[in-house]
Amino acid sequence: MSGFDPGRIRADFPILGEFIHGKPLIYLDNAASTQKPRAVIEATSRVYEHDYANVHRGVHTLSQRATDLFEGAREKVRAFINAGSDKEIVFVRGTTEAINLVAQSYGRANIGAGDEILITAMEHHSNIVPWQLLCQQTGAVLKVAPMNQAGELILDRFELSERTRLVSVAHMSNALGTLNPVKRIVELAHGRGVPVLLDGAQAVPHGAVDVQALDCDFYAFSGHKLYGPSGIGVLYGKAKLLDAMPPWQGGGDMIRMVTFERSEYNTLPYKFEAGTPDIAGAIALGAAIDYLQGIGMEAIAEYEQRLLHYATEKAKAIRGLKIIGEAAEKGAILSFTLEHVHPHDIGTLLDQLGIAVRAGHHCAMPVMDFYRVPATTRASFACYNTFEEVDALIEGVQQIIEVFG
Amino acid sequence: MFDEIRDLYQEVVFDHNRNPRNFRVMEDATRKIDGFNPLCGDRITLYIKVNDGIIEDVSFQGSGCAISTASASLMTEIVRGQSEEQAHEWFELFHRITTGQDERASFEELGKLAVLAGVRAYPARVKCATLPWHSLEAALKNEAESVSTE
Ligand SMILES: Cc1ncc(COP(=O)(O)O)c(C=O)c1O
Repeated sequence: MSGFDPGRIRADFPILGEFIHGKPLIYLDNAASTQKPRAVIEATSRVYEHDYANVHRGVHTLSQRATDLFEGAREKVRAFINAGSDKEIVFVRGTTEAINLVAQSYGRANIGAGDEILITAMEHHSNIVPWQLLCQQTGAVLKVAPMNQAGELILDRFELSERTRLVSVAHMSNALGTLNPVKRIVELAHGRGVPVLLDGAQAVPHGAVDVQALDCDFYAFSGHKLYGPSGIGVLYGKAKLLDAMPPWQGGGDMIRMVTFERSEYNTLPYKFEAGTPDIAGAIALGAAIDYLQGIGMEAIAEYEQRLLHYATEKAKAIRGLKIIGEAAEKGAILSFTLEHVHPHDIGTLLDQLGIAVRAGHHCAMPVMDFYRVPATTRASFACYNTFEEVDALIEGVQQIIEVFG
Repeated sequence: MFDEIRDLYQEVVFDHNRNPRNFRVMEDATRKIDGFNPLCGDRITLYIKVNDGIIEDVSFQGSGCAISTASASLMTEIVRGQSEEQAHEWFELFHRITTGQDERASFEELGKLAVLAGVRAYPARVKCATLPWHSLEAALKNEAESVSTE
């Protein structure tokens, strides 16, 4: 493979030089949050040192500069996911807020008692609870499409009914790594005139996403899992839908004209951006996108697939290790359990070796229930991880098995 | 290997994890309580049989990490045969040492509990060690059906 050099990428991430318990950090908790390249860190300090003021309101130079950078970041996001217009890019706090926005704005306007919202058995809590809240408010019903033991959706049983009003599905599962057949799901739903929200929190960092090719109606993701800062995220929505939706929160920026009798709402996307946004966060997210495009999402996807394959083969050779999530189409996540060793013990002991993994239910308790495990250990990879780090993980797991006897 | 963490993962912990004591359902329990740590999904069901203010029998079931299993197992050994008041004092002592509020407690005083004192250096794991004890405390107080470490 040409051009892809993890060594060079690693040099861009200052934190990868840290030592944990005297050992070089091996960061394998990327599904929870990724580390930040220098480009993102510097973009953040550059804004505050040179370009910071509030956006969309001042006539002064700095406000104009901040606004240009902020809107420039929106354009970068648009291009990154190939949205048709930057009016369709709403800045939010993260995936969670994006989904809540759709539930409360689109949902309350279009979903009523007895109507159904269809999700899947592998959703993150943030793609479950906002719908449960909506159901409590409206009397709508939450339906769950099943998966098989490998952690793949059973498409034959992905059933929309006469009452289905919205489908909301993870593009990639954070607990299992499963990449869902989202294009097919969109076709199925659109066949019945039902819009689709895709939770892209996990998918976006691992490969190119084209919202127009997917034809999804909403797409949500978080900056902090995409090598950008926390506190900023994106809701993409088709302009036609966003236009018809009522505002979610009220305040400054989202209005055009206010009297005490009534207010006239601003145009897209500002209608959904009440209050001062995370200005520096959005700009730094733009820097993260520039950084990733410099490497190439295709190259990242290809490299991470090789890492995942390598890690999977090695893990399978360990006796007593069970991989949780063996979908044919997977992103770079290896979730597993060990016979006789609890994930929390694995997490603490790997940490002693400088290896950061997640141990727990990964905000997907229904997935844990499905596999009848209290928790799993999850190693999740990013473009800066190496084959040597996978070796260290595997060796660490073997040592743990040994001390537990 | 793992030398630096032997203060937490001592042989005693491994031993109690492999062979937890009093790990059984108690049919004639006078009180039963479910403990749950929502952070990690650990669950424990604690059974006690109290007669005349004395804990005549105590046992547990559930799935948890080595720290919580060993803690529960050691706890059953410690409080069995003790009065409710004594058991409560053990709870208080354990709570103080695991949260680092009492670093002076001598090893004689701590007895078997000394094994778990090391957990205070690992804040992320303190709740694993305290879950069984919180469950016991709730059972002694005859509180609601389940407790949670949150
Ligand atoms: C699939 C999925 N959806 C949603 C979220 C929530 O993202 P955030 O916490 O950034 O809002 C996560 C993050 O863990 C996730 O993995």
